[in-house]
Amino acid sequence: MTARARDERTLRGRVAVIGIGETEYYRHGASPDPEFKLALKAILAACEDAGLDPREIDGFSSYSDDRSEASRLAAALGTHRLRSATMQWGGGGGGCCAAVANAAASIAAGLADCVVVFRSLAQGQYGRFGQAGGIHTVSGERSYLMPYGVLAPPQRFAMRVRRYMHDHGVRQEALRAIALAAYHHAQANPRAVMHGKPLDAEKYDASRWIVEPFHLYDCCMENDGAAALLLVPAERAGDFRHKGVYVLGAAFGSGHRAAATAHNAPLYATASFDTVAPDLYRMAEVGPSDVGVVQAYENFTGGVVMALAEHGFFKPEDANEFLTVDNLIAPSGRLPLNTSGGNLAECYMHGLELVLEAVRQVRGTSTNQVPRNDVALVIGGPMVTPASNLILGSEATL
Amino acid sequence: MSGAARAHHLPAGLPIPVSEPDGLSAPYWAGLRLNRLLVQRCDRCTTWQFGPEWICHHCHAFDLTWTEVEPIGRIFSWERVWHPSHAALKQHGPYVALLVELPHAGRVRMVGNLLGDPRQTLVIGTAVAGVFEHHLQSDPAYSLLQWRLQQGPAVSESQSAD
Repeated sequence: MTARARDERTLRGRVAVIGIGETEYYRHGASPDPEFKLALKAILAACEDAGLDPREIDGFSSYSDDRSEASRLAAALGTHRLRSATMQWGGGGGGCCAAVANAAASIAAGLADCVVVFRSLAQGQYGRFGQAGGIHTVSGERSYLMPYGVLAPPQRFAMRVRRYMHDHGVRQEALRAIALAAYHHAQANPRAVMHGKPLDAEKYDASRWIVEPFHLYDCCMENDGAAALLLVPAERAGDFRHKGVYVLGAAFGSGHRAAATAHNAPLYATASFDTVAPDLYRMAEVGPSDVGVVQAYENFTGGVVMALAEHGFFKPEDANEFLTVDNLIAPSGRLPLNTSGGNLAECYMHGLELVLEAVRQVRGTSTNQVPRNDVALVIGGPMVTPASNLILGSEATL
Repeated sequence: MSGAARAHHLPAGLPIPVSEPDGLSAPYWAGLRLNRLLVQRCDRCTTWQFGPEWICHHCHAFDLTWTEVEPIGRIFSWERVWHPSHAALKQHGPYVALLVELPHAGRVRMVGNLLGDPRQTLVIGTAVAGVFEHHLQSDPAYSLLQWRLQQGPAVSESQSAD
């Protein structure tokens, strides 16, 4: 390898998204199809969108211990061969952008030529994230939490958000604006599970607490469905039905001892992007002011507040001023956020639906299209480790 | 400063804590059974560590010493839980979980419940004292560390041992 090539270790402009697809999105437990069949349907939909023979897929990438195993998918689809199979460590939606990064890295390194990133969930078949049942004894991290009723994600993350609100004077209204913007966007998106079910401030305020400071509408839905996207080398981007959308940058991980057990991370009140966001911007060669639209994973609205601040859109102390509904909605807002409705109101497809929406924004085909759509940011699951993020761009940004 | 709880704060049926098969946290759980709060401390560099690990994260010495600390601290964060995420909590109503910081043990943090009125106003920084809660009828038996608001002056930063 030449010295010059070593200096350019990057994904920037090397890989393009050429197809996206999803199944119908269902309320949790409502899918008529089993989970593996959902995965197949989403992958075929992405191939149809691209105009690609599914047998040409030679790599699979997922996260959160997806149960639809790569080799079984390859056999079921009759792919010519399998060359790449990557699973991002870590639960939850922390890996939704890392799965794209791993796929892109496989392609950039010459290991594979056409990788599908996917996620599939059928909670009727396998159970919900928000309920802890059937557990008799616990060890390790969970043993310091579950006996005290800190059982499921809402209780595991509320104390982080409470501390952040305390440290920076963030008010409930900032969290509310994130929920209202998501529901606003879902009303124009026929795929959205909450399409036709608008939310206003009064309804938010009157909704029950799940765990303070999270009202019902601060918490993501749980859903059934599947989503997929296809990546190829940039030089092949012109061979397909839609114009290519390019990976400008991706990053994942977390800072010093983020996983210290029993809530002992030194930097506690964080979305885990303190080190990851600078890595992303460095690779993408853009800054926050270049970003025209953001999809930010909402396990809980409070995590979005932290994640946006850590990506440089405002200082934590200015969160109340920045996070207003007017600022967050397309097309006219200062920073249109979660323009499909996201995990709160489109579908909790573990964040992969956010990546698909970023592709639509760059293509110019969103149901809530923004005018500044050359650079689109996706922020994966906040407050977990490893977390991940992704910047997509149009051909003009290369 | 500490005492034994007369009743259990949350209903029976929640997951029971046990040590890992490799025994990493066994001294911690055994300590709670004896009304003692034990936290790992490194003999070589004096770093406090919780939850436990086989190695000191600061200097990489193995096998840290389980060191008894007074179960007092201050509220680092809190949450009031309303929605039951477990069948055992269905009829229980709200409860408070605290993240308590121990200034005299390297500011390690631990999660527990706040005893008393679950609807009380909570303030970050408030001093709390530990209460050992024993579940001896449970199978397997176990003990937890709960917290109550501390009487008297708050624990201050200057009392920190490191």
